[in-house]
Amino acid sequence: MAQVHFSAGLREFTGGVSQVQVEASNVRRLVAALDDMFPGIGERLSEGSSVAIDGEILTDAEFESVPDQAEVHFLDILQGG
Amino acid sequence: MARTHITTVINGDEVDFLAEDSTSLLNALRDEVGLTGAKEGCGTGDCGACSILLDERVTCSCLVFAPEANGANILTVEGLADAGELHPLQQCFLEGAALQCGICTPGFLIAAKALLDKNPDPTETEIRYALAGNLCRCTGYDKIVRAVQEAAMQMREQ
Amino acid sequence: MAITEENPGYKWVGTRPIRPDGLDKVTGKAQFGADLTLPGMLFGKVVRSPHAHARILSIDTSAAESMLGVKAVITGSDFPDLVANGAHPMAIDVSHNAIARDKVLYEGHVVAAVAATTRELAEAAAKAVEVSYEVLPHVLTVDEAMADNAPLLHEGMITKGVDPAPDQPSNIASRIVHERGDLEQGFGEAEVVVEREFTTKPVHQGYIEPHAAVADANSDGRANIWCSSQGHFQMRADTASVLGVSQGTLKVTAAEIGGGFGGKTVIYLEPIAVRLSQRAGRPVKLVMDRDEVFRATGPTSGTRIKVKMGVSNDGKLTAAEVWMAFEAGAYAGSPVGAAGMTVIAAYDIPHFLVEGYDVVCNKPRVAAYRAPGAPMAAFAVESVLDELARSIGMDPIDLRLANAAVEGTQASYGPKFPRIGFVETLEAIKEHPNYTAELGPNQGRGVAAGFWFNAGMNSSATVHINENGTATVVTGSPDIGGSRQSMALMAAEELGIPYESIKPVVADTETVGFTDVTGGSRVTLATGAAVVDACRIVIEDLRARAAKTWDVEVDQVEWVDGQAQHVDGSQPPLSLDALAAKSGRTGGPISANASLNARGVGAAFSTQVCDVEVDPETGVTRVVRYLTAQDAGRAISPDYVEGQMQGGVVQGIGWGLNEEYVHDQNGNMENPSFLDYRMPVASDLPMIECCIVEVPNPAHPYGVRGVGEVGIVPPMAALGNAIKDATGVRLTDLPMTPIKVLEALNEQSD
Repeated sequence: MAQVHFSAGLREFTGGVSQVQVEASNVRRLVAALDDMFPGIGERLSEGSSVAIDGEILTDAEFESVPDQAEVHFLDILQGG
Repeated sequence: MARTHITTVINGDEVDFLAEDSTSLLNALRDEVGLTGAKEGCGTGDCGACSILLDERVTCSCLVFAPEANGANILTVEGLADAGELHPLQQCFLEGAALQCGICTPGFLIAAKALLDKNPDPTETEIRYALAGNLCRCTGYDKIVRAVQEAAMQMREQ
Repeated sequence: MAITEENPGYKWVGTRPIRPDGLDKVTGKAQFGADLTLPGMLFGKVVRSPHAHARILSIDTSAAESMLGVKAVITGSDFPDLVANGAHPMAIDVSHNAIARDKVLYEGHVVAAVAATTRELAEAAAKAVEVSYEVLPHVLTVDEAMADNAPLLHEGMITKGVDPAPDQPSNIASRIVHERGDLEQGFGEAEVVVEREFTTKPVHQGYIEPHAAVADANSDGRANIWCSSQGHFQMRADTASVLGVSQGTLKVTAAEIGGGFGGKTVIYLEPIAVRLSQRAGRPVKLVMDRDEVFRATGPTSGTRIKVKMGVSNDGKLTAAEVWMAFEAGAYAGSPVGAAGMTVIAAYDIPHFLVEGYDVVCNKPRVAAYRAPGAPMAAFAVESVLDELARSIGMDPIDLRLANAAVEGTQASYGPKFPRIGFVETLEAIKEHPNYTAELGPNQGRGVAAGFWFNAGMNSSATVHINENGTATVVTGSPDIGGSRQSMALMAAEELGIPYESIKPVVADTETVGFTDVTGGSRVTLATGAAVVDACRIVIEDLRARAAKTWDVEVDQVEWVDGQAQHVDGSQPPLSLDALAAKSGRTGGPISANASLNARGVGAAFSTQVCDVEVDPETGVTRVVRYLTAQDAGRAISPDYVEGQMQGGVVQGIGWGLNEEYVHDQNGNMENPSFLDYRMPVASDLPMIECCIVEVPNPAHPYGVRGVGEVGIVPPMAALGNAIKDATGVRLTDLPMTPIKVLEALNEQSD
């Protein structure tokens, strides 16, 4: 089970829940599982987020595998200069 | 529109070209003569990227009308190396990493040459003031000042 | 000085050879954006709005079109209506920013463009385009834009990130929030609480080369574009979107780029130049004047930021509350998101609330500028940290050390930090002689730190081994600060051949695989990783060819120092030259591609100390000493790592002391020139001393983190803290001009 943390900005989708445990082998399946729990969050996560898995920040990571016990955070995509 | 015939010596060669009276020397050098080493960063004489030597004086070529250069002796960055052998300033800029994007480099080289022609042993402060008419946004000037110091030392030793 | 965790024994990485593109740049040969001339080329000129906010009633191009020598005149109606096409909102903004349709949203907004046979004619024709406007009330700052009943830029703008969603439109595009713990508890545990409010003005990236583009459109719908940009693939995508054509019809070649700092990651001239070229049937060159660059490109946001922080007597930060509003300019998309994620990320604070607003106003659309969003945020927080340190009598570096994020700290934006080097930069400053150097009269010392994520993203590289054993390294990353040297150094290290045997090339959009923009300090990390990967594929191929030549298994072959060696020494080594010369016999030319979405991004930290002297008579602040320590992970090319550090610091000094957009009450910029928008010159500055800290990024083959951006984050607070130390006054409004210093000194003495 991965531990998924929601930033304050995402908690509008989760009814205030700040973290959940999800069983999913990759990020796409994780997002689908989250969307089942919190309808609407899937679109928000797939459109405007990068993901941090155990501290490594990744973009376009839907096929990234999610290890058991992983700590997962969704972040806003950033622009660099 | 009528164009004026202008006769100059550029980088040691006699060069004739035509330009409208309202054309800047910078645009004439770039568009008519084909020397694009001098750059336009502002068009108002504030950035120094278009610096040339006009009869041995550092000049923003964007502030000179092309016909004003009639009869003048002009040095641009393209004329700084001698038959392929780099000027010590060029060599020291390379070795000292005194450029990043390089757009301001031609102007700095010209301004630094004018300084060292007059003052072969400038202090750091003299270098900084001599180059104060040239903007560089990449380097913070540190490596440029050091490169000019190094070139000055090498030229004194020659 | 370098702090190195281990000595990896590299032969090329970490050395200081002459950059590959250097000779062209000191001899005037390098071709920048405006340097290209094509046969039959026309000169273009853009017509811009004189109003900050107005409805376009009509555009009469007939007078311009009838002028002899004018070959094309275009307006917004010459571009597809992306709204009607149901395009993504961001694509619509890009299109409408490139050329206005029904409304202009800032002074300088493009409304039309012309192409003519000479520059002078193009300018005359641009003046002859008659635009009739209905001037609308405007808003210039976050305060004006967020006020009740403020005039609206976009009538359908409903603030995102607010639950429930507002039922009325406003100029607030979005709200972001980060939160942890219990603020009340955190402030309750504090011995000292400091609360301050800060304001900063829009500042421009200030690249010396104005935007320039040449387009040559063919009658079959294809077009070539040469432009100065930080990412020609991005230019291709955005230009295609604005024109309504397939990306495959456009080929974009990156000219040498004369500075960007984030400001050349967006399109301005490219689609205009293509459309003019299509209409005229000839190549068209468009080059901005400096005042156009100021009025219509960049800058970064003006901001208002409130910070409240608490500290215990032993120097532990207990709570932080941050409120930020960032100007986005005419369209949504200020860097407030990054500001919110970076503002307190360098510190381990148990209780916090960070709230930010992205606010549109009638100024040019902001563009990325070096660590976008982080510098203003750091100005606020690092100034408050200085106040906290003073109030509990603690050394400012010790205060930061007591709270610094380390490996495993839960960052304020979410995940735990991997290995980072913040503490090492703090210690480097603390141990440096500058930190304890004696100060003269009217002098003061200030410390500040900064954090930036750095980025990974997509990159491609191709490595060709030439017939003589030299190598060509092709990438798609425009070289803005010496990256070709870094690519060549890493390739030399991998292949085991001399740096001088490698030619690094930046290729056009048809010659190398897709590559994201040169931005986010990502090129050495990500494009470098693609180069390393491609070199390693080449080496595998070379081992196989040597094995074939020797009739042995490939595992009997090692690649050492640029040659294939048999593991037991039973064969004379085969050099790269020898393998290359006979490549036809072992399978054909030797070449490899690598493309990747980079992983293992390593965060960057910078700590800086500056000494200033403040003239009590004039209020002028002079920087007398400056030292910056930055964690590069690994400095592949130390010359250009220092260059990035020094350049970032000096841009920060300009931001802190001089630079600002000044607008009159009509919304017109009053200082659109380098004379009045005063960037630092050589005589304003001392040497900028550098301490490269190397805490290798464990996820990169050479430990690279990225160095381009974080250096601009600390300077404004370092300056403000030094001015406070010198004078006793705390300045909270950038830039800290002589007048503001004098006013503060006078207030103090009253």
